[in-house]
Amino acid sequence: MSGSQASNASNRILRPVSVAFIVLTLFASMLANLIPFGRFPGIPDWVALTLVFWCIHQPLRVGMGAAFVLGLVMDVADASVMGQHSLAYVVLAFTAATLSRRILWFPLAQQAIHVLPMLLATQLIMVIARMVAGAEFPGLWWFLSSFTATALWHPLTHVLLLPQFQPEDKDVHRPI
Amino acid sequence: MSVAGHAPPPFFRRGLAPVARLIFFIALSLALLITDLRFRTLEWVRLAVATAAWPLQRVAYLPIDAGGDVSNYFSRLSSLIGENERLRQQQLNTANLLLRQKHLEDENRRLRVLMEMKERHPVEGRIAEILYAARDPFARRVIIDKGAQQGIEAGQAVVDEIGVIGQVVRVFPLTSEVSLLTDKEQAIPIQVQRNGLRAVLEGAGAGVMELRFLATNAEVEIGDVLITSGLDGVYLPGLPVAKVIEIDRSNSGSFSRIRCAPLAGVERRGLVLVMGSRTGLPERPEEPETDAKTKRSVTSIKAERRRR
Repeated sequence: MSGSQASNASNRILRPVSVAFIVLTLFASMLANLIPFGRFPGIPDWVALTLVFWCIHQPLRVGMGAAFVLGLVMDVADASVMGQHSLAYVVLAFTAATLSRRILWFPLAQQAIHVLPMLLATQLIMVIARMVAGAEFPGLWWFLSSFTATALWHPLTHVLLLPQFQPEDKDVHRPI
Repeated sequence: MSVAGHAPPPFFRRGLAPVARLIFFIALSLALLITDLRFRTLEWVRLAVATAAWPLQRVAYLPIDAGGDVSNYFSRLSSLIGENERLRQQQLNTANLLLRQKHLEDENRRLRVLMEMKERHPVEGRIAEILYAARDPFARRVIIDKGAQQGIEAGQAVVDEIGVIGQVVRVFPLTSEVSLLTDKEQAIPIQVQRNGLRAVLEGAGAGVMELRFLATNAEVEIGDVLITSGLDGVYLPGLPVAKVIEIDRSNSGSFSRIRCAPLAGVERRGLVLVMGSRTGLPERPEEPETDAKTKRSVTSIKAERRRR
């Protein structure tokens, strides 16, 4: 079965994850989120996507605490209300960690289908939190970003698991 | 504790149950939300984090910057020549007006001195560039490239060459946040240019504004230009703001629904002018009697009525 290395159904054993790499990817996604696209629709929430990935793959290392801190940083960076992102991300991390043992048995396309409702729920929580406070509805196009994020699940999995795909003993004659 | 006095093996230690942790973090987030929305006491946290994250923000801005440079580089020579020509003509037109304004200002000052009226203080402006729209999709805000270091203060009005675009709401050391007129939390006191009718214009999101609480028979027509009335002491009087585009008097209430479109390039990028704070305004009148007193008097009146 090709392409299923990223699921538990594969018989390939991954190398252990390095915490530094997790921190690095979360930091990079934060940087990607800071790129000011304005109201251009369909730009994924990179932090939410990376966070849900690590919560599913490493539920013991990345959890609600990390989600809360990342949410606070995004609240400031977005100039939104404090607590809006952290609330949504904490719920996202909880759902991802709870479902991680189920999700990882599916092939990648079906994993993405599990991730979509989680990301949509994250956006819905933000909408509710802000509209209760009297903000305007950002429009249905805003929800497009969850769908683009879902479409990116397959390539993202391969990128984020790349260090763990490396063979244990390196062959100097075959660098890749 | 095991019998031998050793701690339990680490692979069974799990900490707080996930649901308990979830409830803890949700409660913390909700507390933050309420604190920020109701009391606005978290500005210092925001300031500290935003200042620390400033270099990151600049790095993230690089791709957008580079994109703009590339498109500039490839813009056609002919379009540049055309724009140059147009600007030259515009300058000639405005030069005429400017020359006369200098004359009129002098005359006005002399007349004011003659009539022993208080002199109007000139207001200085500071040119800033709109860097980008804030990422928050729930509000209409832009970030400009001048901040506290350049003397920007919260509350200052921001205009472009056509009219008002918004107001500075948050100041960071090197940037500031401008809330656009179309933001739902933004209101501006205006008057109708044609007949001087005063009202308050509020943002309604999605590029439109609404004139609230005007009686159904108020004299407003489609195409009326609205200018600032200057009653708030923030905006100078007479700046163009918006144009009436739609009037709906069929509402069942006693107010009509009047929708307006901003005149200035709100929600566009470019150069803007941040107006200095207005000085030399008269003191605000004393507030009426405190609430507690009026409440007491009302209750005593009610009690008297009951006795009768």
